Amino acid sequence: MSAASDIRGFDEREQSVAAPRLPEGGAPRNWRETDVIRVDQPELTMSERLYLPQIFGGMKTTLRHMFRKKLRDETVVQYPEQKRVLRKENYRGVHRLNRDEQGRVACVACFMCETACPAHCIHIEGADSPWPDREKYPIRFDIDELRCIYCGMCEEACPVDAIELTPEYHLVGASREEMIFDKEKLLMVFDRTKDDKPRKSPPITGYP
Amino acid sequence: MEFVRRHPIFAALSALFVLAIGTLVGAAVIWSAFSEQIKAILDDQFYFSVILSLVLFGLIMGAVAYSILLERKISAWVQDRYGPNRVGPYGVLQPIADGLKFLLKEDVIPANVDKSLFLVAPWMIFIVGLVGFAVIPWGGAFRWPWMDADAPPLVAQVASVDIGLLYILAVSSMGVYGVVLGGWSSNNKYSFYGAMRAAAQMLSYEIPLGMAVLVAILSTGMLRLEQMTEYQAQHGWLVMYHPIAALILFITALAEANRMPFDLAESEQELIGGYHTEYSAMKLAMFFLAEYAHMITSSALIVCLYFGGTHVPGWHWLNTSESAAAMLARMGVMGAKVFLFICLYMLVRWTLPRFRYDQLMRLAWKSLVPLTMALVVIQVLIVYFDAWRWWALIGNAALLLVGAVFSVASGRRITGRQHSLRRAQGELMAYR
Repeated sequence: MSAASDIRGFDEREQSVAAPRLPEGGAPRNWRETDVIRVDQPELTMSERLYLPQIFGGMKTTLRHMFRKKLRDETVVQYPEQKRVLRKENYRGVHRLNRDEQGRVACVACFMCETACPAHCIHIEGADSPWPDREKYPIRFDIDELRCIYCGMCEEACPVDAIELTPEYHLVGASREEMIFDKEKLLMVFDRTKDDKPRKSPPITGYP
Repeated sequence: MEFVRRHPIFAALSALFVLAIGTLVGAAVIWSAFSEQIKAILDDQFYFSVILSLVLFGLIMGAVAYSILLERKISAWVQDRYGPNRVGPYGVLQPIADGLKFLLKEDVIPANVDKSLFLVAPWMIFIVGLVGFAVIPWGGAFRWPWMDADAPPLVAQVASVDIGLLYILAVSSMGVYGVVLGGWSSNNKYSFYGAMRAAAQMLSYEIPLGMAVLVAILSTGMLRLEQMTEYQAQHGWLVMYHPIAALILFITALAEANRMPFDLAESEQELIGGYHTEYSAMKLAMFFLAEYAHMITSSALIVCLYFGGTHVPGWHWLNTSESAAAMLARMGVMGAKVFLFICLYMLVRWTLPRFRYDQLMRLAWKSLVPLTMALVVIQVLIVYFDAWRWWALIGNAALLLVGAVFSVASGRRITGRQHSLRRAQGELMAYR
């Protein structure tokens, strides 16, 4: 089958759908005259219609940039050797699961982050906490780093500041499976990055 | 050893040096053993043309590969970047790495393509891009040092034919054939749209291209490219008489090569990749090689027609000398001019946004075609009345003036999209 016959078929399908008709006497008006802002398209001036003056103007700009080596040297970051300075406080990189002062996982398995997550990439399994200061703790805590859109909503939703985004952006893996970070891996990220970006002091919840 | 390990470039350089010495020694040995036979072959125009075409093929493939690097470098510089700089010093080995990548990639042939046409299309466009080189006068007439002074000189040109220019026009308009075949056989709507756009665009821009070439033919009265450059060496470059025609030839050459302001056939934002969407690996690379080869051919054509070919102002002896060294120097001059034009092509590509399709057609039919028609009429009148040559330049200026007056007198016209917007607004008002 050639491309043309395919396209002809497409047209016929298009034509078989009846065009929508307007009701008699026009559609009901559900807007006011003042709602409409009319924007006139700018008309082309003489030099714009001749194209050439505009083109030479553009060429002037590109030529200027082409021969400005200094600007180039200042702008370019040679990535593996040089790295950009990040704003560590609010850079949204790989997640981490924080530990509290006693080294336990700080999460209380409240499912707030899982609920807030717009990409549905967090999966928590809670269980009764073995410690007296909270009711629950996560026995599983998985984040699919490939599904995540790094919006930081989980960080905002967390009542105990247990999940945080780190300034780490070197996120690589050889398979999809290894990009699903489990609890241990997320705690390891905390151990790795806690010197770089200390944990926010968690809010006092008033829990016994 | 430690030094060599730290600086591998020295090891590479010494290996190259040994290789070069070996080649030179080998060439000297072969020359001393077979010099009579080699001289006999080199003295014959046919065998010389065959050898020259092979050498030019190699040179041009190298130039094409490196012009891709140049394009990436220029695009980077324009955008305040460095461009490829990882493979070899300043990225000079990048084309080799690219070529290896293209050769080793998986060559996918989709299931529902028209297989024979799909395989033919890249070769079609590639060969068409290359055969145009045959009639470009790269070096002109010359004699080898061992030849008699009264022997007929050789021509450093693959084919010196009477209809050189017509041959180039005929061959370069075949280029769209490969594009249409590729788009058609891919059995993909985007490819097909790209191919159709290319066909319509080529048809439209062929006309001003042909007329701009016609102006050069009328001015010189010849069809042989080498004689046209010779005419320009004697009377001054044609761009001085017909600047508008030179500009139009450049614009249409951009369109014929599917280069940036006119690359609607492969516009990524709308058509994915246009006619080469379904191509991969070496077949895709051949489309690119063909595009760059087409660029080199059309720059060479522009240089020959309007920018004096091998001529350098003030160095007339370079064009008349018949020594082999002068031939090489003329090749260098030609190459330098072509290089400048290729740089201009690239700068234009990285400066201008793509035309909308209606703008593209309007530019061709409403401005380029009438302009070139008027230019042809001016040149015909000059030729018929055997008038002073510089009337052409005066005519060009008058044409610009008439165009300006016309566009002022006809009021502020609006472009197609704005026109349809007006109409839509009117309909909306009537609807209310």
